[in-house]
Amino acid sequence: MEKNCYAIELRGITKRFGPVVANDGIDLGLRRGEILALLGENGSGKTTLMNMLAGIYLPDEGQILADGRPISIRSPRDSFAHGIGMIHQHYKLVDVFTAAENVVLGLEDEKKLDLKKANAKVREICGRYGFEIDPEKKVYDMSVSEKQTVEIVKVLYRGAEILILDEPTAVLTPQETERLFAVLRNMREDGKAIVIITHKLNEVMAISDQVAVLRKGRYIGTVNTAETDPQALTDMMVGRSVSLNIDRPLYEKQVERLCVRDLTVYDHEHVKKLDAVSFTAKGGEILGVAGIAGSGQRELLEAIAGLYPVAEGSISYLPPEGGKRELVGQTPMQIRKQGVSLAFIPEDRLGMGLVGSMGMTGNMMLRSWRKGRLPFVRRREPQALAQKVFTDLEVVTPGLEFPVRKLSGGNVQKVLVGREIATSPNVLMTAYAVRGLDINTSYTIYNLMTEQKMQGTAVIFVGEDLDVLLELCDRILVLCGGRVSGVVDARTATKEEIGLLMTRVGGKEEA
Amino acid sequence: MDDQIKSPLLRLDKRSKDSLGPVSVWGIRLGSIVFALLLGCIAILLTGNSPIKAYGTMINGALGSAVYRQQTVKKAIPLLGCALAIAPCFKMRFWNIGAEGQITAGALAATFVARLLSSSFPGDKPSLPLLLLMALAALLLGGLWGLIPGFFKAKWNTNETLFTLMMNYIIIGVVAWLQAGPWEARQGRIAQFAPAAQLPKVAGVHCGWIIVLALVILVHVYMKHTKHGYEIAVIGDSMRTAQYAGMNVGRIMMRTMFLSGAISGLVGFIICAGANHTLAKEIAGGVGFTSITVAWLSQLNAFAMIAISLLLGVLSKGADTLQTVMNVPVAISDIITGLLLFCMLGSEFFINYRIILRKKNGKGGAAQ
Repeated sequence: MEKNCYAIELRGITKRFGPVVANDGIDLGLRRGEILALLGENGSGKTTLMNMLAGIYLPDEGQILADGRPISIRSPRDSFAHGIGMIHQHYKLVDVFTAAENVVLGLEDEKKLDLKKANAKVREICGRYGFEIDPEKKVYDMSVSEKQTVEIVKVLYRGAEILILDEPTAVLTPQETERLFAVLRNMREDGKAIVIITHKLNEVMAISDQVAVLRKGRYIGTVNTAETDPQALTDMMVGRSVSLNIDRPLYEKQVERLCVRDLTVYDHEHVKKLDAVSFTAKGGEILGVAGIAGSGQRELLEAIAGLYPVAEGSISYLPPEGGKRELVGQTPMQIRKQGVSLAFIPEDRLGMGLVGSMGMTGNMMLRSWRKGRLPFVRRREPQALAQKVFTDLEVVTPGLEFPVRKLSGGNVQKVLVGREIATSPNVLMTAYAVRGLDINTSYTIYNLMTEQKMQGTAVIFVGEDLDVLLELCDRILVLCGGRVSGVVDARTATKEEIGLLMTRVGGKEEA
Repeated sequence: MDDQIKSPLLRLDKRSKDSLGPVSVWGIRLGSIVFALLLGCIAILLTGNSPIKAYGTMINGALGSAVYRQQTVKKAIPLLGCALAIAPCFKMRFWNIGAEGQITAGALAATFVARLLSSSFPGDKPSLPLLLLMALAALLLGGLWGLIPGFFKAKWNTNETLFTLMMNYIIIGVVAWLQAGPWEARQGRIAQFAPAAQLPKVAGVHCGWIIVLALVILVHVYMKHTKHGYEIAVIGDSMRTAQYAGMNVGRIMMRTMFLSGAISGLVGFIICAGANHTLAKEIAGGVGFTSITVAWLSQLNAFAMIAISLLLGVLSKGADTLQTVMNVPVAISDIITGLLLFCMLGSEFFINYRIILRKKNGKGGAAQ
């Protein structure tokens, strides 16, 4: 084996799904003792490419070489055999098993399961790279970041020399991200080859040695991290120059629009999901909501929309014409009939906000299908609205009747946002509004939010990227385990401050 | 070097919607029918008959004369009606497999009214008021039989597949009891309906065909152009979206199941007042299940259902003839029908996916 040759090399890899070319003749090399960031927008083919190394997909064309010799990876088993371990975005752990049990699950080489030995080996791996995990802790007691650690230990236990991490920081707080990076650096020193798939530029700059950029399934190039900067990488990723600044004007006449007091909800298993949440949303501001995934963001928005049963507390809507309307205990239809002008862009766009099998017209109808006294639906107005959204937001679709499910993520979101904004709401709630969208569409959405704010709308923006929240919002409400752990001024707060609030309520650490 | 790199012998690849032209799509569908007929040849050969003669007999038996054609249409009527009945449920992704029972319930109610009132309608002509009352009773009891599982699903989220299936056995049991007990005329049969309770004939077939053709248009308009149809389509796509849009999902579910059961009940009325002129526990005769195939094959398109139910009518009538003329066991005709349905439904797979064989020497490629 030559010293300088690639641990894994991809040559001319092409993968098609029907007419879609997900990867088009990609060349890529990974070296030992190096961290390669695989950068690209959503849908640029990063995960597809790495799934071919993990044995999930087979390339249609091209060659994979390990240490200079061609290999074929037909299944995850083949992939393990070549020392490749991939940590997927969605963890695959058994909840009722301990960390060590999960790690040894599926290994066949030993005749008898020796948990003591497994525990010891897990401890040894943790010690070597600086993980903090108790091998005997059950997965259901673990935080997201601990679960991720188990996944990483799992592939190391199997002797992986080449690690692929798919968006590993998406669910971590800034502090957890720092710890993960420290571990990755230790592994690099140990001579492992590491790929991290990401679209966050600051992380690329912080951790990687090399950056390979993909755009729309094509390989654009590899650069040394030390010799580049975020702006240059964005330009490579998008294909032209993009401005990365979000405009944040101040709306002078802010008034209280929505007042939530001591809101408590339980899920169907009687687990408390929101615990005495109180806050106010003002017209003319963007109120960001930050928190680790699953801290009650979804329940909060759905409770306001009348879609989640409320156990205690009140949600008052304060209309511009004065007065006060209580929303708790009302169905979405009753809320709408009361003249409460509330728009909601849910997290699950196709599963909750839209009808995937229908075209834009049918989806516009979701707001107006009840209109008219005849039993027949009126198509003319929704059609006109669809046409307007199509033009105003530059939706790319073959036609207004083309099923929205088949549109790209960005266009799906434009249809949803377009419909909700068209109602000229007084309160606009969005959950993860830019998840999965390309940079351009993300900025379109940010601008639309700011536009709404400047019209006096109270915008509630649940987000996951703290950098964006800090640039876009006026105030940020931080949720931790269903409780409000703080409300900060987005103009002065820091990422670290919010990161701490995400894991602590009133200064005490949450499990 | 290259022989180290092997891909699997077979793998599947999803086709894009537009990669196949309409000609290829219909080619695959036609091919599946030819394939099923070839498979059927094996079954016929095993009985020692000539497949060509057998298929000839089937076609002749179904379409050979005016009388045969009328009988074929008679078989297609309940299939079409019942496929129309279950279409709204299936669009809503509510798996109503209880049409069999809903038909029986409708027929039971119609028979009840016919027995109760026929003494008030003497004469040897069909009586419109009596028939209308019978139809109304059939709609109501059929609808109730659909509403019950709908209600339980809406209130307690019970499994509609099991529930609707079990409801079939209950109503069939009730009819069996009536047939052998309170309503028995002789030898475990219920008496023939009075002439006033029999559907008149139009063009040689009972006028049920006019009713179901009218239903085609009604169901089409209901599904495509009404608020109810829109609600059903939204629920079928995503229940969460329906709730988000402010729809009362439970109420819509119950309403749709009532409607579906009512149409099935009407089909039961058509069968007993038009074709059989009596009630028996076998009255639905599997129509409630076969119509599921009709609904799927026509992809819930009301107009396509006309063609598919006629095709199944031809098959069924042809199989009957095959059995009587060539003395082939019933099972063989059932096998041929089954093969045809299986292959026709299975062909959809090849329309959606293509199979890629391992490439040899860098050559070869996709096969269908």
